[in-house]
Amino acid sequence: MHPAPSIIIFTVFSGLGFGLLFWLGIGIPDISGWNALAIYFFAFASAVIGLVASTFHLGNPQRAWRAFTQWRSSWLSREGWFAVIALMTMGIYALGIIFFEYAASTIGFIGAIISLVTVFATSMIYAQMKTVPRWNHWTTSALFLTLAVSGGAILTGQSKTAAGLLLLAGILQVVAWMTGDTRFGECGSTIETATQLGGIGKVRLFEPPHTGSNYLLKEMVYTVGRKHAGKLRKWSIMLMCVVPALILLVLPANLFVGIIALLTHLAGTLASRWLFFAEAEHVVGLYYGRR
Amino acid sequence: MTDLPKLTQRKLGLVIDLDTCVGCHACVTACKGWNTENYGAPLSDIDAYGANPVGTFLNRIHSYEVQPEQGCAQTIHFPKSCLHCDDAPCVTVCPTGASYKRVEDGIVLVNEEHCIGCGLCAWACPYGAREMDAAEGVMKKCTLCVDRIYNENLPEVDRVPACVRTCPTGARHFGDFSDPQSNVSKLVKERGSLDLMPEQATKPINQYLPPRPKDKMVSSDQIETLLKPVAKEPKGFLSWLDKALDAL
Ligand code: SF4
Ligand code: SF4
Repeated sequence: MHPAPSIIIFTVFSGLGFGLLFWLGIGIPDISGWNALAIYFFAFASAVIGLVASTFHLGNPQRAWRAFTQWRSSWLSREGWFAVIALMTMGIYALGIIFFEYAASTIGFIGAIISLVTVFATSMIYAQMKTVPRWNHWTTSALFLTLAVSGGAILTGQSKTAAGLLLLAGILQVVAWMTGDTRFGECGSTIETATQLGGIGKVRLFEPPHTGSNYLLKEMVYTVGRKHAGKLRKWSIMLMCVVPALILLVLPANLFVGIIALLTHLAGTLASRWLFFAEAEHVVGLYYGRR
Repeated sequence: MTDLPKLTQRKLGLVIDLDTCVGCHACVTACKGWNTENYGAPLSDIDAYGANPVGTFLNRIHSYEVQPEQGCAQTIHFPKSCLHCDDAPCVTVCPTGASYKRVEDGIVLVNEEHCIGCGLCAWACPYGAREMDAAEGVMKKCTLCVDRIYNENLPEVDRVPACVRTCPTGARHFGDFSDPQSNVSKLVKERGSLDLMPEQATKPINQYLPPRPKDKMVSSDQIETLLKPVAKEPKGFLSWLDKALDAL
């Protein structure tokens, strides 16, 4: 897929925001007043920036409200609902904590769960795509969720937990890459099944429909150089998981160290998400003799 | 609702004969012509006269070379548009309800007034049958010329999709697959056709008739027999003509 910045920002920042809201909802850390205001502001801003960014790639964002109507069948629609419900529930919980020093823990707990469900719904927008074998796998959701709670754990100052989650995310990422690399070959779709001409012999594209490009090729048959991707994978896993985990384990826990860990983690996550989209291979590429 | 209907009353769709198609692109042109002036937003072209022209098309023709184990390679032209799938994944992913499958005839349509242009349906389609219009920001796809097939202002022969009406070789057929007596059902039965990418489990309605086996090259002594003179001496009219010309 063409890795659109709006979609990368959407998935990374809304993930971070809802990951943070998850921890806040279960009462970690135990704060109130101004401190609480600051951290809740950050969580809501991150989630909302992500959601707003997602509307930038729409052809007609003015009717985005219509996306709430099809929750029965569409993961994108469900994601919208869960996001709104999570933000509202956590908003009520936050008001209690910030202004009344009162933690309505049931509401917080519900908010925490819905925040996670929101991240899961985001991941399902991609994981449901049978047409993109690399995404169509449980690792997509597992990675989205683990990264979200890892980021949240860094932001809530839980060095040990964060380091553990980051390492788990790193393992999941490696599994996702390694199994993902062969999944297209295993999915059973080939140029022969696409054209059903395999009964005659070996099929190859003789002429594409047009000499120029088109929406499908630009959007779905985006290709990254293998060498390029390999290098980026190394960088992203170092920055996303290894370096922040080490920083959190080795350096003394303070705000400055936390910020450094968060920034490296975010840089790595953005790179990993860029790859997630850039390396997605859609079966339609088969009709164009590519994948 | 973007839930798929349990059952559609009819299953309208196309049969495309890969044996007959010569890849002339007449259907592509007819489709663009009709659909840019009728249902929904026009099919825009961007940088049409510049260095990198791109445009929205609902029907595109690929050409493939198929190499059998023995003998010559075959060139096969392969028109591709929406297959109006029974289990259309493009419909269920749509968050707005803009994409839907009609109960009355099974046509898959986009309500452009409701489409937000998120592109998810194009991602869900394995066949590349949906294209986002760059000028309008809405999803475009084959409507099976829903504005022709029921249009009583048109003469009856024109009440078929523009591509079918225009195809100069008669490689495209339109009809109802739910009726076993229809032209398309008969063709499919007679010639045997396969679903494209069955592993994607979309249950496409449109069917492709496979190319017929090619004639085999005859051996050289067979050719010699065929090339032998049929008569040594002219007879009849030719013999008279021969003689008359000689006499001149
Ligand atoms: S061919 Fe593609 S766009 Fe058409 S119904 Fe099937 S999945 Fe949807
Ligand atoms: S692009 Fe339009 S029709 Fe397609 S899924 Fe999005 S809203 Fe639905």
